[in-house]
Amino acid sequence: MPVLELQGVSQEFGGLRALDGIDMKVEHNTIFGIIGPNGAGKTTLFNVITGIYTPTEGSLIFRDTPIASLSSHKVARLGIGRTFQNIRLFNRLSVLDNVKVAANWNRSAGLLASLLGMPAYVREQKQCSTKAEELITMMGLYEKRREYAQSLSYGEQRRLEIARALASNPCLLLLDEPAAGMNSSEKLELMDLIWKIRDDMQLTILLVEHDMHLVMNICEQIAVLDYGRKIAEGDPEQIKSDPRVIQSYLGVEQ
Amino acid sequence: MKLLEQWITGIIDPYYLRIIILMGINIIIALGLNITTGVTGQLSMGHAGFMSIGAYTSAILTLKLGWPFWLTLLAGAAVAALFGFVIGLPALRLEGDYLAIVTIGFAEIVRVFFLNFEPGGKAVGLSGIPQETSFSLVLIITILVVFFSQRLLSSRIGKAMYAIRENEIAAEACGINTTHLKVLSFVLGAFLGGLGGALYAHYMYYISPQDFDFMRSIEVLNMVVLGGLGSIPGAILGAAILTILPEMLRVVAEYRMLFYGALLVILMIFRPNGLLGDIRLYDLVKPKREKEVKPCRS
Amino acid sequence: MLWQQLLNGLTLGSTYALIALGYTMVYGIVQLINFAHGEIYMVGAFVGLVLVTVWDVNLGVAMVGAMAVCMLLGVLVERIAYRPLRGKSSRLSPLISALGASIFLSTLMALIAGVNTRRYPAIMDLSSFSWGPVQVSSMQVIILLVSALLMIGLQFMVRKTRIGKAMRACSQDLDAAALMGINVNRVISYTFAIGSALAAAGGVMVGVYYNAVWPYMGTMAGLKAFAAAVLGGIGSIPGAMLGGLTLGVLEIMGVAYISSSFKDAIAFGILILVLILRPQGILGEKISKKV
Repeated sequence: MPVLELQGVSQEFGGLRALDGIDMKVEHNTIFGIIGPNGAGKTTLFNVITGIYTPTEGSLIFRDTPIASLSSHKVARLGIGRTFQNIRLFNRLSVLDNVKVAANWNRSAGLLASLLGMPAYVREQKQCSTKAEELITMMGLYEKRREYAQSLSYGEQRRLEIARALASNPCLLLLDEPAAGMNSSEKLELMDLIWKIRDDMQLTILLVEHDMHLVMNICEQIAVLDYGRKIAEGDPEQIKSDPRVIQSYLGVEQ
Repeated sequence: MKLLEQWITGIIDPYYLRIIILMGINIIIALGLNITTGVTGQLSMGHAGFMSIGAYTSAILTLKLGWPFWLTLLAGAAVAALFGFVIGLPALRLEGDYLAIVTIGFAEIVRVFFLNFEPGGKAVGLSGIPQETSFSLVLIITILVVFFSQRLLSSRIGKAMYAIRENEIAAEACGINTTHLKVLSFVLGAFLGGLGGALYAHYMYYISPQDFDFMRSIEVLNMVVLGGLGSIPGAILGAAILTILPEMLRVVAEYRMLFYGALLVILMIFRPNGLLGDIRLYDLVKPKREKEVKPCRS
Repeated sequence: MLWQQLLNGLTLGSTYALIALGYTMVYGIVQLINFAHGEIYMVGAFVGLVLVTVWDVNLGVAMVGAMAVCMLLGVLVERIAYRPLRGKSSRLSPLISALGASIFLSTLMALIAGVNTRRYPAIMDLSSFSWGPVQVSSMQVIILLVSALLMIGLQFMVRKTRIGKAMRACSQDLDAAALMGINVNRVISYTFAIGSALAAAGGVMVGVYYNAVWPYMGTMAGLKAFAAAVLGGIGSIPGAMLGGLTLGVLEIMGVAYISSSFKDAIAFGILILVLILRPQGILGEKISKKV
């Protein structure tokens, strides 16, 4: 059974069809890549999945639950975490708080419990802190846990976004261009990190990325978008040899 | 409480005592606006509207129905909070700028309403409100408000409110119900505004719609902005400075609004986070990092 | 009675429209509610008053003079209070700064001119004639005519001239316009100048029509004009005109048929309703948020 299934998903913006009848199945515990030229609709697809846009047509099923019409925070609480292409951190919160704020909104103690400091609330806070500390340790940010997020370096900010996305125990993680702006050694580290997350946490990863080397190395399944349509899907070998992909994206064969 | 009251009135000049009490009331109100605007980032330019609802509700309950004082305080705050909920609802749909205008419009409608409200004495206002607000009461309430404010802001709900201010889309993606918390921030801000208004009414003997005009809203906003958006010590400091300054410096009192206007512009240009907005205790106690400049390789 | 009220409403509405244009143009380009805009309108009314009383000029000259002064003032306010903040800080800071500028200007005028209401001298024959059941004053004719002319001129400028095209480009995408070699700062200055000139013209005419000028006249008029801009669809120039006229008519009708004591509440009631029911306004397009 797939973790995420898209059926005929279309998204229009005032006549412009940014997504056009996308069908896709993402199987459990895979690393699934989405590639395509600029403006192909990759980020729009992420925004549709995470509930920022409601698709004009089509349905999205996440682990038996239809999520097409749910608001963003509900989708997140069901277990979809994401990062953003242009980093969106809570700049004037500490590194630790950035992660803590995302942790476990499913069983939150209410306003009164937090104001009065009830035991249930205190226990919950402790669990959140432990979890958040684990995550930032894993991302190598423990030393900086009390710094403001805005004072981190670019690479650290990218890792903090991943930590934050993991804080809510998602079973599907969406990474929007995680390697953007990284040098080759950082990209190698990132690949190890993605594998580690997938294996340790047993989750499914969907990623949009421009770096072909990284995508071909890390993804088990790849879908190619062009002008809002899915023009191919398969494993890296199939994609590399697909003539339509080569023509529209990888470049015409010499 | 009685002993404290006797002791304090014995040693402090009534003029200064008055300033201190007004300062306490302003701190309560500013801490309320701090939750809405400072922490959650929802610009409210009509906080005086909530104050006047609290003030009128409590004063009318005292004068016309003879309710006990503490109950009118709570009622004033609760009615204001109810209106905070109503006015927070547009926050479900509106982006920041529009919301600011709605809050101005709301306060203006409230003012016009009380100008025409028979039980509130219309334009003349209400007089003869018994002076029940005392130094010790204001002191206790202020301490409670500061305490619970601190509790709230360090809780997950408070952090989530900061997150909304910093990046709403990311906050949603983290599972935070931003609409819910935005409305909550309005309710809490309005509650404290109403409470402050009720205390004010029972201190000044007399209230009128002019006490809660647009300029009053701006004054409260200035307190929060000056001290530092989102900072509790900031809101306290801002409220203290802007209460004391006009009293102490006649120049400031005379040119008060000119001063407030210029202050807002200058602060935004040179210190958009206010005096204390981006300073944390952690940064102060953190040992200064050695600034070792590596020599350039020649 | 109804036709009379309609005429009065349109007269009031066209002055709202003149002010609303400034809000909508500035908002369209820099997404800022220029709170100081109402004060520019007030300053315009005062400049006209000074010209008429001190130099004894006629209404036309007073209006042109006021427009010129306010153009400079508008550009100055943008330079001092908004430009230093552009592109670097949060959305909240420019808004607060705008608010500060507005308060500063109105208070400054109150200190210079005093808080009392001043009156325009009888500079022209404010006679009225009847047209069927409707009493039309010559000032009403002037207001309607001048507003119409200014708005047609504005439309022409925005559609046909170079600077107008640059403005439209900037309102689409400021960064892209800058990359295309448009001097964005210049365009913004022009926008403020033109908006301020329109507001000043409105200020002078309102001053003569209601025969009252005072330092805080801009606050309420500005807020209402902003309501008009939102009603029509913020960022849309025809929207601001339509919104202004609609609001003026509704307000006058409200006063005539409901109650005059709630005059100021009517505009805000409408504003809040519009924002809740149709936030993009009558003519505005629904904008999806950028992610």
